[in-house]
Amino acid sequence: MRKMRRKGLASMAVQTAETPANSTDGTVDLGPATALSCRECGHQVPLGPVFACEECFGPLEIAYDFSAYDTEELRKRIEAGPANIWRYAPLLPVPADVATKPNINPGWTKLVQADNLARELGVTGGLYVKDDSGNPTHSFKDRVVAQAIEAARAFGFTTLSCSSTGNLAGAVGAAAARAGFRSCVFIPHDLEQGKVVMAAVYGGELVGIEGNYDDVNRFCSELIGDPAGEGWGFVNVNLRPYYAEGSKTLAYEICEQLGWRLPDQLVVPIASGSQLTKIDKGLKELIGLGLVEDKPYKIFGAQAEGCSPVSTAFKAGHDVVRPQKPNTIAKSLAIGNPADGPYVLDIARRTGGAVEDVTDEQVVDAIKLLARTEGIFAETAGGVTVGVTKKLIENGVLDPSLTTVVLNTGDGLKTLDAVAGTGLTATIRPNLDSFREAGLA
Amino acid sequence: MSVTVRIPTILRTYTGGKAEVSADGANLGEVITDLEKNHTGIAARVLDDQGKLRRFVNVYVNDDDVRFEQGLETATPDGAGVSIIPAVAGG
Repeated sequence: MRKMRRKGLASMAVQTAETPANSTDGTVDLGPATALSCRECGHQVPLGPVFACEECFGPLEIAYDFSAYDTEELRKRIEAGPANIWRYAPLLPVPADVATKPNINPGWTKLVQADNLARELGVTGGLYVKDDSGNPTHSFKDRVVAQAIEAARAFGFTTLSCSSTGNLAGAVGAAAARAGFRSCVFIPHDLEQGKVVMAAVYGGELVGIEGNYDDVNRFCSELIGDPAGEGWGFVNVNLRPYYAEGSKTLAYEICEQLGWRLPDQLVVPIASGSQLTKIDKGLKELIGLGLVEDKPYKIFGAQAEGCSPVSTAFKAGHDVVRPQKPNTIAKSLAIGNPADGPYVLDIARRTGGAVEDVTDEQVVDAIKLLARTEGIFAETAGGVTVGVTKKLIENGVLDPSLTTVVLNTGDGLKTLDAVAGTGLTATIRPNLDSFREAGLA
Repeated sequence: MSVTVRIPTILRTYTGGKAEVSADGANLGEVITDLEKNHTGIAARVLDDQGKLRRFVNVYVNDDDVRFEQGLETATPDGAGVSIIPAVAGG
């Protein structure tokens, strides 16, 4: 592994926000997106590759104009759309012709009716697993990167980058390869081998940082303000407002796959907290557009005990999330300083949900439980959501008589080490006597 | 104690576009007070109405997140590097 940055790594000449690639009048075509709005103070700025409010440092979010949509026409348009996230293009910050551009076209993953798991957990109201391991690079990150690619195109970037716990690195590598971007991504140096290989194979540059994810994230945030990083599109930093919107498609798909119906309860993993907050945003948009009935829903957040800053704050009744130093096998969730943590607390409390955590041992047990009941091999983050679902039911917090959707955001093949003790039942000679002796008959 | 402060892009309007400036102070609070003397308006962007660090600002003294240290009381030794970074990144 190279320890030194390759000469010229940052020297690509690219267009910047001031000279968007696809416009002649200084505006960009990102569909219904109209501006960036601060979630904290409401300050608005034009669409551009910025992510923090200049007034209060709060996160910038996409503001939209959906006023022209007729509910029934929109529903028909969505249902007639492609079997990927672009069926929801009218609700995303992407140009109307997005489906014609080179993109890895993620989404429309299976919503598995998990009757076997439901029986095991005592759920009677209907239990579903939204299995995002079916995405092109086998995690939900393809959804968010697909949005960032379109924003990068709009703002004229040619190099894509990110800080990653592994899944995102692979998603950026693949999407960049398909779309013709250069990629250079940063990961903690000690990630699972499966994720390292899956990120490196797409041919982009993959740089290990001697530190944890929060250290990598800090490095990227500093790089973005340095001439060395000028002109780079960091999908989860300066393109984060666009990128994050991709998680709304999980909410859209779940509701459409349930027959344009809101689930009663959702269990969502928490790393930065962005996914959970955008799922909530997506559900609220569908209600506002009249695509689903306006009824209560509860969102539950799931963390691993070894990295549980949001769960800890929730249980303590705090509004502020105190950062932690992560120590868990659930490395895709190992963000000790979660940017959207305060908003997760707000949403869990507003909807009547909760935030809970499980031990690494419970994570492994839950991976095996989901695999043996539903034939779904989840990565550790899926073990966290299933484990937390089990715990919340046992504690009487999650109502088993209600329709519940649990997210699995990645493929177990990426985190084989977590279940390394699982292996052969027996080794026998190639004859029937040996088979019988082993008690397998 | 003289330290070097890395300024994020969104605050560079206060530093004439400079990405790094010098400031004096024995701890982070004093460094921010000194920054304000030379770059009027910058403190109100970093601190809230109660004089605490805004919740979406991360500050590091050398490699240490001051939230793991003593917050605004965190010591800033001579020659230290202070980084002010928007917190809403990553994930």
